[in-house]
Amino acid sequence: MSGLALDVTMTVNGETVVERVEPRQTLVDFLRDNLGLTGSHVGCEHGVCGACTVRVDGEIVRGCLMLAVQCEDAKVETIEGLSDSGEVADLQLAFAERNALQCGFCTPGMITAAQELLAKGGVPSRDEIREHISGNYCRCTGYHAIVDAVEAVAQEREKARGGAGK
Amino acid sequence: MKPAPFAYKKARSLDEAIALLGEHKDARLLAGGQSLIATLNMRLSAPTLLIDINGIGGLDRIEEKNGAIEIGALVRHAQAERSDMIAKRVPLIARAMPHIGHAAIRNRGTLGGSIAFADPAAELPACLMALDGEVEASGPRGKRTIKSQDFFTGLFETALGPQEMLTAIRIPLATADTRVGFAELARRHGDYAIVGLAASARSDGKGLKDLRLSFFGAGDTPSRARKAEIVLESGDVDGAVAQLDLDPHDDVQATAAVKKHLAGVLLRRVAKQLMEPRA
Amino acid sequence: MKIVDDAPSALTALDRPNSYIGRSVPRPNLARLTQGRGQYVSDVTLPRMAHVAFVRSPHAHARIVSITADAAKKSPGVVAVVTGAELAKVMTPWVGVLTHLKGLKSAPQAPIAVEFACWQGEAVCAVVARTRAEAEDACELVEVSYQELPAVTDAETALDPQTPVIHAALGDNLCFERKLDVGAVDKAFAESDAVVETTFVTGRHTGVTNEPRAIVADWNPGEQRLTVYQGTQAPHMMQDLFAKHLGLASDQVRILTKDVGGSFGIKVHTYADEMATVALSKLLKRPVKFVADRIESFVTDIHARDHRVKAKIGVMKDGTITAFEIDDLTGIGPYSVYPRTSGIEANQVVNLTGGPYNCPNYRAQARVVFQNKNVMCQYRAVGHPIAVAVTEGLVELAAAKIGMDPLEIRRRNMIADDAYPAQSASGLKFEKLSHHEAMAHLDSMMDYAGLRADQKKLRDTGVYRGIGFASFIEVTNPSAAFYGVGGARITSQDGATVKLDAQGAITIHSGVTEQGQGAEAVLAQCVASSFGVSMDKVRVVTGDTDNVPYGGGTWASRAAGIGGEAAWQAGKALRGNVLAVAGAMLQAKPEDLDIRNSVVVDKVSGTERLTLAELARVAYFRPDTLPPGFQAELMATRHYVPRAWPFAFTNGIQASYLEVDTDTGFVKLIDHWCIEDCGTIINPQLVNEQIRGGVVQGIGAALFEQCLYDERGQMLNGNMADYLVPMAVEMPDIQCGHVVSPTADSELGAKGAGEAGTAGAPACIMNAINDALRPLGAQPLTDMPFTPGKILRALGRV
Repeated sequence: MSGLALDVTMTVNGETVVERVEPRQTLVDFLRDNLGLTGSHVGCEHGVCGACTVRVDGEIVRGCLMLAVQCEDAKVETIEGLSDSGEVADLQLAFAERNALQCGFCTPGMITAAQELLAKGGVPSRDEIREHISGNYCRCTGYHAIVDAVEAVAQEREKARGGAGK
Repeated sequence: MKPAPFAYKKARSLDEAIALLGEHKDARLLAGGQSLIATLNMRLSAPTLLIDINGIGGLDRIEEKNGAIEIGALVRHAQAERSDMIAKRVPLIARAMPHIGHAAIRNRGTLGGSIAFADPAAELPACLMALDGEVEASGPRGKRTIKSQDFFTGLFETALGPQEMLTAIRIPLATADTRVGFAELARRHGDYAIVGLAASARSDGKGLKDLRLSFFGAGDTPSRARKAEIVLESGDVDGAVAQLDLDPHDDVQATAAVKKHLAGVLLRRVAKQLMEPRA
Repeated sequence: MKIVDDAPSALTALDRPNSYIGRSVPRPNLARLTQGRGQYVSDVTLPRMAHVAFVRSPHAHARIVSITADAAKKSPGVVAVVTGAELAKVMTPWVGVLTHLKGLKSAPQAPIAVEFACWQGEAVCAVVARTRAEAEDACELVEVSYQELPAVTDAETALDPQTPVIHAALGDNLCFERKLDVGAVDKAFAESDAVVETTFVTGRHTGVTNEPRAIVADWNPGEQRLTVYQGTQAPHMMQDLFAKHLGLASDQVRILTKDVGGSFGIKVHTYADEMATVALSKLLKRPVKFVADRIESFVTDIHARDHRVKAKIGVMKDGTITAFEIDDLTGIGPYSVYPRTSGIEANQVVNLTGGPYNCPNYRAQARVVFQNKNVMCQYRAVGHPIAVAVTEGLVELAAAKIGMDPLEIRRRNMIADDAYPAQSASGLKFEKLSHHEAMAHLDSMMDYAGLRADQKKLRDTGVYRGIGFASFIEVTNPSAAFYGVGGARITSQDGATVKLDAQGAITIHSGVTEQGQGAEAVLAQCVASSFGVSMDKVRVVTGDTDNVPYGGGTWASRAAGIGGEAAWQAGKALRGNVLAVAGAMLQAKPEDLDIRNSVVVDKVSGTERLTLAELARVAYFRPDTLPPGFQAELMATRHYVPRAWPFAFTNGIQASYLEVDTDTGFVKLIDHWCIEDCGTIINPQLVNEQIRGGVVQGIGAALFEQCLYDERGQMLNGNMADYLVPMAVEMPDIQCGHVVSPTADSELGAKGAGEAGTAGAPACIMNAINDALRPLGAQPLTDMPFTPGKILRALGRV
């Protein structure tokens, strides 16, 4: 480790983590290489594909466009955390039932992004769903099944909230 | 693509950030990082120090002050998107927001950063020019105001000095006779525009006054089409399109001729928006 | 649906109880992927693993004069800096030629360029370091002195005498040439009522797999074994090639492929930088990892489909097509890619043009020329998108010229559904296709008449919508005719081993691989059905050359048809073995028993007799209780290769409904349909999803994607912001329908479906755009991708 290295403390999926990192290390590389949380993926390293989408302090961000050192005292959540807490269980099930994933590489980012949309409440239209996931590249599915899955979960959640659904 | 090595310092105050800029000629300011970190990853830029300004307090406010809206440099795009004050008082920026990147980008990217980065295809620099806004710059000799028409000096170049930091943008409040128009053409939602137009004017219901047509993606900086403004103010849309004074370059997305044509199409669409009575 | 039993047996009907054939069973391997617990090669770390980054040529063509690595070697974290000359001592070069493409020639290619760099992006030096970042730091310190040479970047002039020859030893820049002349083409054109002649251009584009190419090579000197984690579609092929070029026996090489983040043919080829990584591991005696970053992916992942096709069609007033003629010129890179060759794509264009139609007069010429650009090779659907664009483009232009409806002209010319077996003018043999039934199905599914009425109404208000079609044939289930006959050590057979474990559950080991299309699910469905268990009792092992039968992997849409058939047969065979044990245990005749839902039952009454768990317990732990001399065999292996047909051709038809904004040249895709006949459908949902994903890749080619090069051979848009892949907002919903014409070459009757979407989509987008703009008198657009600029120029607006 070079003389530029710094100590950084953050919580990741609820666990406090203290690591020594180079400032140039991106958040997604830190999660993958230092913490072994390989569920967040690296697809482009310039913020376009969305495979690195994670949550920092409750908001989705590009893990390739944030540095680990920027996350001092931050609350970071990855797909593993969202999965183990059960927060996205209905999305995971809907994705599996509709084959809204094939190779699965975009899926963690896609689910994390979709969860942000659905957490706003209401039932977004198919066009609104497409707009929200417009920053998540999928090469396998052509997006149709993904929109189906997100739409279905939105309707289920609305029903569970006591709403009429669409 | 991993960045070249750099040191990192988190500035606790504006003064500290400015002092660090003075000590390290090769330093870059880190705000949203949505443009900066991408360029570092690609090694298009290799500063030796990153000065993180995200911790500086007081730069993330949206406030009404002296007949203007003051937007702190660290206001995130997502924050502006949710802001009722911006929706009511700076409707042009509210219209531009959904076109800026994607949700994850808007959660981190800042309005100040977008203005300071001065990408010619970006929405906000053009909006600032269309609204006759100004930039507040802070440096070792204190604060100064730079008007938008003086701010964008070249391709990714601004009037900010090497030791200066953009700390706020100020935009005159919209009033009952304010009219705005916004349109952009991008191959995919969220991409940088092939060409776009941000416009504002005043209208008493008959004609347009104080029209400012600010094109983006059509030059090295946001471009005011001053001749077209005069013609459109006279009510002649066809004439404004025919006399559109823009000089775009070829790029990988479109030729200059195509951009010029599309700019004309956008002018017609925005002209219609401007003529609409204010809701 | 007809199944032909070539081996009479009571155990072979597809409509068995407990059958999963034809059911949209969710894939069993999805939980780990949605949890972020997949194991992609880019996730793999091993003890003492080092990372390699490559110094890459900035020039399209240059002599490498010298490489100075002193400063780089001293850079923090660096393990080694290795040049092409040094690596040549460890690994031999290769040549991408096959004998069945007569005259195909190419120069030897080394893992790292030795004397010449022949494309911008070719690796000229490797830096191995503790971390990728440190390797990249050191790359900047490697001093390479180049003598820049003229670059060949225009396919049209590549063969001109004044154009420099890239590889002097080859004599010219011609990689491969093919000519075909069938029937009486000139006479046919002369006698035609109308002739349409135009030039189609399909822009060079690339796969952009979400997970870039990744490889971890681990040479263990203690075991004298090489283990390679690679996201490859064909593990056994790579095992053979690594062994060959490192001077090892193939059983010294193990390939492991678990999850792969997208492939589409990109990852079925041999890459110099991956071969170099393997050689470096052997040289350095430690694991070495290479993950192509996105920027280097754009200049090293194979490109595809860079074709200029001059094309001609003759037609009579009554719509009869009289002749097709094409002249195809394609500019590849400086090497034919190994081992499948870069001649296959053009060869397919010649083979497939005109495919759906009864037209005996066909002349074709194809030339494949070398250029100083990135290499080019097979990518999803291979030559089909080009052949279909040419064929279907000509057919709709001909229809427009004679004033005939585009479906009607197809009706009058497509091979009749009852006219099989049949053969195309180019010699392709068709077992059974369903062009007419598919078209009828499409017509009603899309409400064609309704859309035409809408189109007319909207046109009167100045809104220009278009409807375009593309009918197509698609190669699947290849026999040795594709590669084997040319000398390639690429197997067309495949195998499956199934075993009953001590608890009564089933494990399948298969030689095909999974890249997300659902191969694992399909294999499980086949075995669960033919053996008699529920899906949750089946586990699938693929992607491990130590632990699966020798197989071909997944490409040319072979996993379901070939891998599935081997699995189906193995399941049947294991059932026979298990019922032999059951018969011995129950003192019953095996032929009176069956296995359903993990229970041995009386075949006729369905009465449950014995659970598999109990049978397994006895067979494994209490064989002393079995009849004297009886040996239980609870594993079975079967192999399968198509024998009756060189390829199992499928067919389909697609339609696009779109709107062109004539002010901006932007295209809005409103709707899309595909009717596909892939024979027996094992999992309808997976077939539909393959079609949808394939269609969107084809849409990318038609509207968005192109690798742009300048005249110096520099790629201009090699990043995700400038190279436009389809994202969610611009894509339509895609409706799918099916016709079923099983193949008799296997018991399952399944053909492939993975590439059909990509084969037809570009053509029908093109035809829809031209249909939209025809009333405006626009020059038909035939140069993909159809950008706003091209549409505006065709309309005379710019």
